[in-house]
Amino acid sequence: MDLAHINWFKYSSPQAFHPLAGRMIPWCAAAALGLIGVGLYIGFFVAPTDFQQGDAYRIIFVHVLAAWMSMFLYVIMAAWAGLGLGLQARPSFMMTQAIAPTGAMFTFLALLTGAMWGKPTWGAWWVWDARLTSELILLFQYLGIILLRASIEDLRRADRASAVLALVGVVNVPIIYFSVRWWNTLHQGASVSMTASPKMAATMVTAMLVMTLGFWMYSIAVTLARMRCVIVERERQPSWGKQASIQDVAEAR
Amino acid sequence: MQWGSPTEFFAMGGYGLYVWISFGATALCMVGEVLAVWRRHASAAAESRDLS
Repeated sequence: MDLAHINWFKYSSPQAFHPLAGRMIPWCAAAALGLIGVGLYIGFFVAPTDFQQGDAYRIIFVHVLAAWMSMFLYVIMAAWAGLGLGLQARPSFMMTQAIAPTGAMFTFLALLTGAMWGKPTWGAWWVWDARLTSELILLFQYLGIILLRASIEDLRRADRASAVLALVGVVNVPIIYFSVRWWNTLHQGASVSMTASPKMAATMVTAMLVMTLGFWMYSIAVTLARMRCVIVERERQPSWGKQASIQDVAEAR
Repeated sequence: MQWGSPTEFFAMGGYGLYVWISFGATALCMVGEVLAVWRRHASAAAESRDLS
């Protein structure tokens, strides 16, 4: 097939995106299930017990991933928000809307599993450490973006306002990531980074990477599914798609 | 494998409560989110059918 002659812009319209997403979701969901299953198997049955932290360390197989996803998803959401503001593109705003709840969920999980890890290893559920505090702020940012959208009735204004908030808030992501280096935190430094070899046993790293791929697939599947909801919900708005009759407008109000 | 018995596995070297709450909450949230999106799509689709 000649790639140059495919009309890629075709898929940027919600009407074309809806069935395409529908076809992609089952594959992503199946990949997520398989990868998470394999990752859990390696994490619980192949990876050895940590000599310092005992088996409590196994919490990192969800904790670190949830924290990574919370930051990745924020950056992706902010990128869509920026694209939407720059191009005045409605589908980009819809992606922003579709990603936010999943990002908020992973942020919440990162904080919760962090507390579960902190209690046995530090002796405290929570400390006001730079890493923990900045991650908590990320949760408030996600909630703020979701609530701001919900509180504005006019869709275009809601899109733009929540996109601006998302874009401004992206400054917190590098703060979270580098907090363990910039400040003297109780939270440990990065166990896995791009620049250095991992400070963990190979099987632990394998489990984490397989689980990460699984979480990615999960996030793609659930975001596309929510995108489909948003498309259908907005289709009901009279301003969208077909010409609105006076009756449509009256009903929508 | 380092687990001698299922009891040993669920005890997680004494950290069972923390480990299983973490994994349980994560599983619950993810399954719950999938169900919520599913229901949202079903109700949105039903409503748009009613309108058209």
